[in-house]
Amino acid sequence: MLQTKKISSVELTSHFLQRIDQNRELNAFITVDAETALANARQADISLNDKSGDLLTGLPLALKDIFCTRGMLTSCGSRMLANFTSPYDATVTERLNAAGSVLLGKTNMDEFAMGSSNESSYFGPVLNPWNVDCVPGGSSGGSAAAVSARLCPATVGTDTGGSIRQPAAFCGLTGLKPSYGRISRYGMVAFASSLDQAGPITQSAEDAALLLQAMAGFDPRDSTSLDIEVPDFLPALKTSLDGVTVGVAASFLDSTLDPDVLAGIEEALRTFENLGARLVDIELPNSSAGIPCYYVIALAEASSNLSRFDGVRYGHRAEQYDDLMDMYEQSRAEGFGDEVKRRILIGTYALSAGYYDAYYLKAQKIRRIIADDFRNAFQRCDLIAAPTTPTTAFRLSEKVDDPVAMYLNDIFTVPVNLAGLPAVSIPVGLDQAAMPIGMQLIGPYLEESRILAAAHSYQQVTPWHQRIPEAFT
Amino acid sequence: MAWESVIGLEVHVQLQTRSKIFSSAATAYGAQPNTQACAVDIALPGVLPVMNHQVALMAVKFGLATGATVNCRSIFARKNYFYPDLPKGYQISQYELPIVSGGQLAIDSGNGEKIIRITRAHLEEDAGKSLHDEFDGLSGIDLNRAGTPLLEVVSEPDLRSPLEAVTYLRKLHSLVRYLEICDGNMQEGSFRCDANVSIRPYGADTLGTRTELKNINSFRFVEKAIQQEIQRQIELIEDGGQVVQETRLYDPLADETRPMRGKEEAHDYRYFPDPDLPPLIIEQAELEKVRDTLPELPDARRERFVHQYQLTPADADQLTSDREIADFFETTADAAGGDSRSAANWINGELMARLNRDNRPIGENRITPKALGALICRINDQTISGKIAKDIFSALWEGEHDVDGIIDARGLRQISDSDALEQVIEEVLGRCVEQATQFRDGQEKVLGYLVGQVMKATKGKANPQAVNAILRQKLSP
Amino acid sequence: MAISKSDVERLARLAHISIDPEEVDSYSSGLSRILDLIDEMNQTNTDGVPPMAHPQDIRLRLREDQATEPDLRELFQSSAPSSDRGLYLVPKVLE
Repeated sequence: MLQTKKISSVELTSHFLQRIDQNRELNAFITVDAETALANARQADISLNDKSGDLLTGLPLALKDIFCTRGMLTSCGSRMLANFTSPYDATVTERLNAAGSVLLGKTNMDEFAMGSSNESSYFGPVLNPWNVDCVPGGSSGGSAAAVSARLCPATVGTDTGGSIRQPAAFCGLTGLKPSYGRISRYGMVAFASSLDQAGPITQSAEDAALLLQAMAGFDPRDSTSLDIEVPDFLPALKTSLDGVTVGVAASFLDSTLDPDVLAGIEEALRTFENLGARLVDIELPNSSAGIPCYYVIALAEASSNLSRFDGVRYGHRAEQYDDLMDMYEQSRAEGFGDEVKRRILIGTYALSAGYYDAYYLKAQKIRRIIADDFRNAFQRCDLIAAPTTPTTAFRLSEKVDDPVAMYLNDIFTVPVNLAGLPAVSIPVGLDQAAMPIGMQLIGPYLEESRILAAAHSYQQVTPWHQRIPEAFT
Repeated sequence: MAWESVIGLEVHVQLQTRSKIFSSAATAYGAQPNTQACAVDIALPGVLPVMNHQVALMAVKFGLATGATVNCRSIFARKNYFYPDLPKGYQISQYELPIVSGGQLAIDSGNGEKIIRITRAHLEEDAGKSLHDEFDGLSGIDLNRAGTPLLEVVSEPDLRSPLEAVTYLRKLHSLVRYLEICDGNMQEGSFRCDANVSIRPYGADTLGTRTELKNINSFRFVEKAIQQEIQRQIELIEDGGQVVQETRLYDPLADETRPMRGKEEAHDYRYFPDPDLPPLIIEQAELEKVRDTLPELPDARRERFVHQYQLTPADADQLTSDREIADFFETTADAAGGDSRSAANWINGELMARLNRDNRPIGENRITPKALGALICRINDQTISGKIAKDIFSALWEGEHDVDGIIDARGLRQISDSDALEQVIEEVLGRCVEQATQFRDGQEKVLGYLVGQVMKATKGKANPQAVNAILRQKLSP
Repeated sequence: MAISKSDVERLARLAHISIDPEEVDSYSSGLSRILDLIDEMNQTNTDGVPPMAHPQDIRLRLREDQATEPDLRELFQSSAPSSDRGLYLVPKVLE
């Protein structure tokens, strides 16, 4: 629409800024910078007019508040960074700017991306646009709520154990976690370095491919960034599902799954078959070990990653303290919320003397077993279909006092991060309470094109990705 | 009871790179505080480490030079602890799989060569500095040094005396300078030493409880600190006490060690592989490439000097302890027309004395090997006397460089011409009738006096051998 | 396995997070429940499995030794809680 000049970037940007303003109660944004956004939109319109535009020129976007944005608050949903103006841009920020997009602001999130409900944010919970009594999922809850309520066309989140896919599922959106190493982690505040990966939350697989194209590619500032050519994701979307084998693990579709979710998945699988795909049974026999394995690795890494928040060079410093040690302890006690503190302590435990082998090393071994399970499964199929979440969005406060129940919500998403694979969650229906159901398509390493093409084929014949929560149409 | 001391050294060798180990900030010494601390060094949220290639190559060089195993796969790990000069709250180091393991260094133990085993050498980043004096009740943190590459060289507890420890340390110092991986500047902290010290009764084969002496910043203090710590442990045990495993600091003013405050909480560093850094892989081909760049090492060079230049082992040892001195010697010997012994004598004698007096490294001296060689040539071809040569040497030290020019300008050419000398000698014998008589009466020693008089009359320019000959001839009965 | 009150205190010390004495109990039970979940790992046999530290089988990329970073001290210290004369200030460090 921008390219064909049916609408200008300024018009589009103003439209979304207005919607953001009208829907503050969703609490989807931590920062909105209307002035800069409009200035950038004006620039974008000039480029569009003289046809010097780039891939995303003029497109309004929002970033999860975990990406460093120069001159703008980068809070990570934490009191610790509630006063932190980043002096530099993340690579993701840089690339999206370079591609011409217009940054509307920064979206709310679970504190340091630790959560599955967006209730651990220092800036308060985010509401699910489909039902404001429900959580939008997490940790990229603000990002998902924002797209779902059409406060912006697309956002970028991060996914350590499901933090893109789960909120996308809860909010009826397309959420892509690319292969580990596909998008640079530079400037993305680290939760668990060997698991974190940025990715788009969008209305469709096509939009996801577009944003992935803009963000993907080698970055010399990230030692885990892949130095390989980036495929053209958009043309690859047209690949048909005909003859594609889709692996389904019976153990993922058992009685523990919510019946509405199960029905939704089964219906979607039938559509895949109608599109020419062949379903094959696969086994992922060790995926139940994924949750404990994931939590050990993620929290161990997090306990170390969050040590830099000490109130010395930036971030929160307590006002009252006796001495240096007390300054550290008080600043960190005040700066971090309960869930973050819990996770740091568990991570510290898993690495501490005498426990390393039983926890961290054991988890690393299980990690290999899980990765091998996927490798074996991909001998038999081109991609794997699975539920994104065991249930649809749960109610606010429902699990806030029960971290374990909250963790179990990630059961289908974490194995993918452990193995570093790409996966996309797409909306495949609504449950009886009219809440969206998500299904994820998991691909072999670096096969984003394959899962996006499958998602795109599905979205050509189904309406679910176009559904907007009624209150926000 | 007789006690044996058991010492192992952990030496932090600061690698001489332009940029830091994991960031592209400069490593130059002495910059204004925090002006060489980039986003990675101050650990801003979201930043990531990217490894410096040169650092890996330097570690490989060290491994090859100590006959160690260079591990083709090594792992960076995080060592977690809080300290204001440690911005990430962890130090990136190597733990289970270091880049270098199992090398050795031979030292002269006083009664023959002794092999000191090197357990490992691993790469890590340096921390920043805390400055305590400028602010009341506060410390200032300067992170310029944070991220500077270090190679930590850990020896086995093979050292048995403070002297052996310092001998090993000097040897290591010489080696890293030869390899051009470290500038060796101990005042600036480029070469720092921690010592693990314990004692046990002679003949015992178990180790006593050790203490760790931190950051000893000169060769002299290393010896004294270890000496004091051994003495302290002996007295403690002989008084019925027990050594506590702890970290201690050496106070050079009081000449004693004392326990370190602050860092003494339980050490649980929670090492784990750094997920931001995949394994460091060194290919065999790269290893061979580094091997080809290895310079001749001190031990080999010393051997060669003894044979090629016919030097005494002691002279060769002194000349090869420093690569620049050894280079200086070889160029000088060449410029001196191959008179290597004179070159060695001048360098080990006059030049070293002056360098030591002014506490200057050889690189900062103004005498060129070419000029020193020319000076030796002029002595050998009898253009000047040895005494005049010392004066010319002083002129060179002050910055002049043309030996022949100095000789001509100041008329320092030695007088060997017998007509000219005879004239002076006649004049001296005319004054010293008494001494001449004494010589003729058989008092040989008086000749020296007469030669001296001639030298004095010629302002040192007379050729002493010629004077000698003419005097003998004139005074012969 | 359970995380005792003294474990909580030890972990809090290691992690430099102050915990109110009256909170220790709830941390102890909360962390113990998480640990119970984690202990489910023991149901998986991992004999002979090599640990996997990283999702990729890649080697460390090395950069050229060039000092290219500009001095951004002013910018960086504009968000520092306390600084003076170019230094970050903290309560006295003991040595």
